[in-house]
Amino acid sequence: MRIIFTSTGEGWDAKIDPRFGRTDYIVLYDEEKDELTALDNRAIMQVAHGAGPKTAQKIHELKADVLITGNGPGGNAASILKQMPLKIFVRAGGMSVREAYDAYKNNALEPGV
Amino acid sequence: MKEIVIISGKGGTGKSSICAAIAYLAKAELVVADCDVDAADLHLILHPENSKVQDFYSGVLAEIDPGKCSACGLCYQKCRFDAIEPFEGTYRVIDLECEGCGYCYYICPEDAISLIDQNVGKFLISDTRYGCSLVHAHLKIGADNSGKLVAKVKSEAKAIAKVQDKPYILADGSPGIGCPVIASLAGADYVILVTESSKSGLSDLKRVQELVAKFQIPSACIVNKADINPSVTNDIHKYLNKSKVQHLGDIPYADDFHKAIAMGRSLIEENEARWLPIFTEYWQTIKENI
Amino acid sequence: MRIAIASGKGGTGKTFLAVNLALKAAETQTTLLMDLDVEEPNGGIFIQGDDAETHKVTRAIPSWDPGSCNLCGKCINWCKFNALIKLGEMILVMPPLCHSCYACSELCPMQALPMEQQSLGEIRHLQLGKLDFTESKLDIGLEQSSPLIERTLEFADEHFAEKELQLLDSPPGTACAMVSAVKTVDYVILISEPTPFGLFDLNLAVETVRQLNLPFSVVINRDGIGNNDIYKYLQKEGITLLAKIPHQREIAELYSHGEIIYRKVPAVDQALEQILSKIRSLS
Repeated sequence: MRIIFTSTGEGWDAKIDPRFGRTDYIVLYDEEKDELTALDNRAIMQVAHGAGPKTAQKIHELKADVLITGNGPGGNAASILKQMPLKIFVRAGGMSVREAYDAYKNNALEPGV
Repeated sequence: MKEIVIISGKGGTGKSSICAAIAYLAKAELVVADCDVDAADLHLILHPENSKVQDFYSGVLAEIDPGKCSACGLCYQKCRFDAIEPFEGTYRVIDLECEGCGYCYYICPEDAISLIDQNVGKFLISDTRYGCSLVHAHLKIGADNSGKLVAKVKSEAKAIAKVQDKPYILADGSPGIGCPVIASLAGADYVILVTESSKSGLSDLKRVQELVAKFQIPSACIVNKADINPSVTNDIHKYLNKSKVQHLGDIPYADDFHKAIAMGRSLIEENEARWLPIFTEYWQTIKENI
Repeated sequence: MRIAIASGKGGTGKTFLAVNLALKAAETQTTLLMDLDVEEPNGGIFIQGDDAETHKVTRAIPSWDPGSCNLCGKCINWCKFNALIKLGEMILVMPPLCHSCYACSELCPMQALPMEQQSLGEIRHLQLGKLDFTESKLDIGLEQSSPLIERTLEFADEHFAEKELQLLDSPPGTACAMVSAVKTVDYVILISEPTPFGLFDLNLAVETVRQLNLPFSVVINRDGIGNNDIYKYLQKEGITLLAKIPHQREIAELYSHGEIIYRKVPAVDQALEQILSKIRSLS
């Protein structure tokens, strides 16, 4: 599975970014290849409106299966994410990427609406 | 580091006074972010100084160069916002009406139109007399109040909290239910809803809690002026229970609210005997539930 | 005569004043009250009746025609509001973000984004004697107040042009929503309270109406709380003080019950008399 985390940094120890649309980094973990890559999303701060959909578009390009974030995505982003075969998990805010991944594997995260 | 956002839906409920009281109480533990960029009021109580000021840019306005304009009138025909008018033989943009869509820029055959970045306000980082930092902003009048400035205020507050090693950010949110409120809520760990005991207060509380529920953020409510209408206060309590919003407490109508603001200070500084125990309890409950 | 009731700050008494003024005015003249606080409309709490009609309001939004589209993606780059998203072989339109500028629709080389009418919100209209009341509510999920506010004002021009007095309960603040509401009016009444918050926000509202070249005067609500700085400000700026409404707990209690205050509190009735007298002098 390809798992996306909204993150404040680039590695396993970075803290999850509780926001979706304006998240600082998009971290992708490919379970099959055991590869962790990070995309710098900070240019999104220049966007006045539509940050959520823009970030959702990036997630789509990355062909993610799972999205792990802090709070749920906002209305605009959610309407885009609904078009993808993506499972969303929330309440990972405050955890590191690694801790969030473990929580996900242990079914300790909440599904996003 | 945890983010606490205080919102109210309706104006005039006492949100900023309550925010200032918590800021005073917990000043050693937090950074304050004033996200009400349209009418930022916290500075009247926190008295910021040593401010670092930055210009804030958002969106664009079209500008026509009369030297290049051939007066073909294509932009005037196509503009959906009546933002272009004939002027001295050529055409010019009416700034107030221009939405920055770029249509005229895309179609001008003479390349006479440019899109200019708009300075829509100021962004400030200040010290306060409480010792905690305040991040705030002022949006110019008529400006498009998007989530961008609010997001920037919060993002800077987070950066400062990291550097200063403060465990909390306290954000005074925007009124209403539009983009600035959504941006206020985006990274929140905990939301405090301030409402008042009136039918308008209950109605606006429901609309704003709908937003909070969408983000699945835990929330708690303070009912201010609770003795004005005991029946509505009761309805509010029932609503909070039904919506799984924690009830932090009821505050009876108190002159201290305006007395404190008139003196430019927080409720606790105005009347410590009365307000210190109340806010100490609220802050304790908030920390336990985050 | 079209008059807006506005304030920089929320909670200073716009709806309270707009509702009471409209009902009193309607005792003697045909009056229209428009609640334009489309995010959080409250006028309907005070003005109630059984025969409301609801008018749906729409606006033009592009819709994607997959049959004509060649996926060139130019539309994505043109849109300044990020209202178009490309997901693989699909183009999605985001109604909350669209400003209806028509650029993508008219510039698309394949004409694959024809404009279609989409729901924006609704205008609920009620008539009580000489008073017509409209309440405009934005559809859930939409973010921009201005299009609905503008359409409501057009609706008023079409249906209520003959009313002797039109009053607008403006959205709070001084950003784009408030400006959309007030820019077509003949006169603005700003309402604030005599506190530092009230003064600071009144100043913002004053700057706004001055920039829009609109004549205005000020009503002070909750006179008695706070201090006199706001009165000194009005004097210094040469701004007319139209009326003062005293701070009385009874007023807050009546308001909280959704009651019509001027019928029960003489001080409020007197203030309304002063305001209506000024309005008559404007015509």
